[in-house]
Amino acid sequence: MKKLFILLFSFLTISAHAEAAAEGGEFKPGDLIMHHIADDYTWHFADGVTLYLPVILIDNGTPKVFSSSNFYDENHALVPYEGYVLNHGHIYRADANGQPAADQSSLLDFSITKNVASLFASVILLFAVFLTIAGSYKKNRGKAPNGIQSFFEPIIIFVRDEIAKGNIGPKYERYMPYLLTIFFFIWFNNLLGLMPGGANLTGNIAVTLVLATLTLLITVFSGNKSYWSHIFATPGVPAWLAPIMIPVELIGILTKPFSLMVRLFANITAGHIIILSLFSLIFIFQSVAVAPISVAFAIFMFFLELLVALLQAYIFTLLSAMYFGGAVEEHDHVGDHGHGDGAH
Amino acid sequence: MELVTPGIGLIFWQTVTFIVVLFLLSKFAWKPIMNALHERETSIENALSAAEKAKLEMQGLKAENEKLLAEARMERDKILKEASDAGNALIETAKQKANEEGSRMIAQARESIENEKRAAITEVKNMAAVLSVDIAERILRKELSNPQAQQELAKDYIKEVTLN
Repeated sequence: MKKLFILLFSFLTISAHAEAAAEGGEFKPGDLIMHHIADDYTWHFADGVTLYLPVILIDNGTPKVFSSSNFYDENHALVPYEGYVLNHGHIYRADANGQPAADQSSLLDFSITKNVASLFASVILLFAVFLTIAGSYKKNRGKAPNGIQSFFEPIIIFVRDEIAKGNIGPKYERYMPYLLTIFFFIWFNNLLGLMPGGANLTGNIAVTLVLATLTLLITVFSGNKSYWSHIFATPGVPAWLAPIMIPVELIGILTKPFSLMVRLFANITAGHIIILSLFSLIFIFQSVAVAPISVAFAIFMFFLELLVALLQAYIFTLLSAMYFGGAVEEHDHVGDHGHGDGAH
Repeated sequence: MELVTPGIGLIFWQTVTFIVVLFLLSKFAWKPIMNALHERETSIENALSAAEKAKLEMQGLKAENEKLLAEARMERDKILKEASDAGNALIETAKQKANEEGSRMIAQARESIENEKRAAITEVKNMAAVLSVDIAERILRKELSNPQAQQELAKDYIKEVTLN
């Protein structure tokens, strides 16, 4: 298994090196790494195995759909297509010289990029796994779990008992679908991101932004009277402090999901950067002798990343549950000035 | 900067996809799974409490059985004791009765022996009297066969008879 990972990883790195060399000489690890963690219009699995993904543009309200292979000529060099040009990983309107034009207003890019394709793949995987499990539950009604069901059941129970019940309280049940979905969505995508050739989906800020926004919306919409009274009239704080306290509390509502967004994005991206950096060392030193050390460290990091994949899914879910718990908590005791949101 | 600038396309696809996934998984996966888990947990809990109840019941039954057994044992001991007492008493009475009967019989026997003895003695006496009269008669007849002897006797009688 390890050997397989090493082999596949070295494949990727070598091909990237070849690319860099073809583009003009010197190996730039920064570019290589950014290329690997950033989104792309093609899915490059290995040298010569590239999937050209569809480009969907909305230009002044008119949708345009074409394959991203149109941006490449036979030498794999970038060329403009139908007045659009791919430049540094983005699609722009092209001017007469095939360079990005000055006017880029109302050009929206809804392309099925590598990350979107990976997202769809993860969704198929999620459905395949959890609909199978749901089927087993119907089939083995009241019996002991078997197969894949017995692997996921403890995790589902852990999310329910340790994350939801412990942090939300008696109203935990209506948050279960969301918590289970984000937990498995993040975990599966973290693991898919670690696969050779995998996309860095959960290390993309757009994805974590959406997840954090959903947590924010659910928190705000499930906030009860005591939650809002804590924000607009924090108990135990004199009324004249309200002009300071209310903005602080309102910012507090936003900083919690913001921290969720940044934490997941930064942890996953950092893991990818470290592993890629370790492999880049071989090419920086231009010596095969460095390879065993690089590989050893990369293997160590890879196992750490496997742990981080689960840990970040757990943390995101746990903190979401804590925010929901804070929103639905009943403060019927007068003397309690605690905030109970657990985010301090 | 590139890294921390969310792209509109991915935001759109992520939002749409995630909400669809959330909806579909909630409906077709989480709901049946959570229900099944809940159902199973309830049934396990019920089974456990039933087992606990059965255990308690068994313990109650066992205690009751032991009590019954102890009672039965006591009853048996009592009955045995009573029986042996009754037996002893019976033997005692029987012995007493036998003794009494024995002594009564002995007394009777002694009495009848006494009677027999007395009767025998009387008979012997009678026989002795008859014999002596007979002997006396024979002697007398022989003695008085000669006149002299008769005279002598008469004389003796006369001697004896003192004339007052």
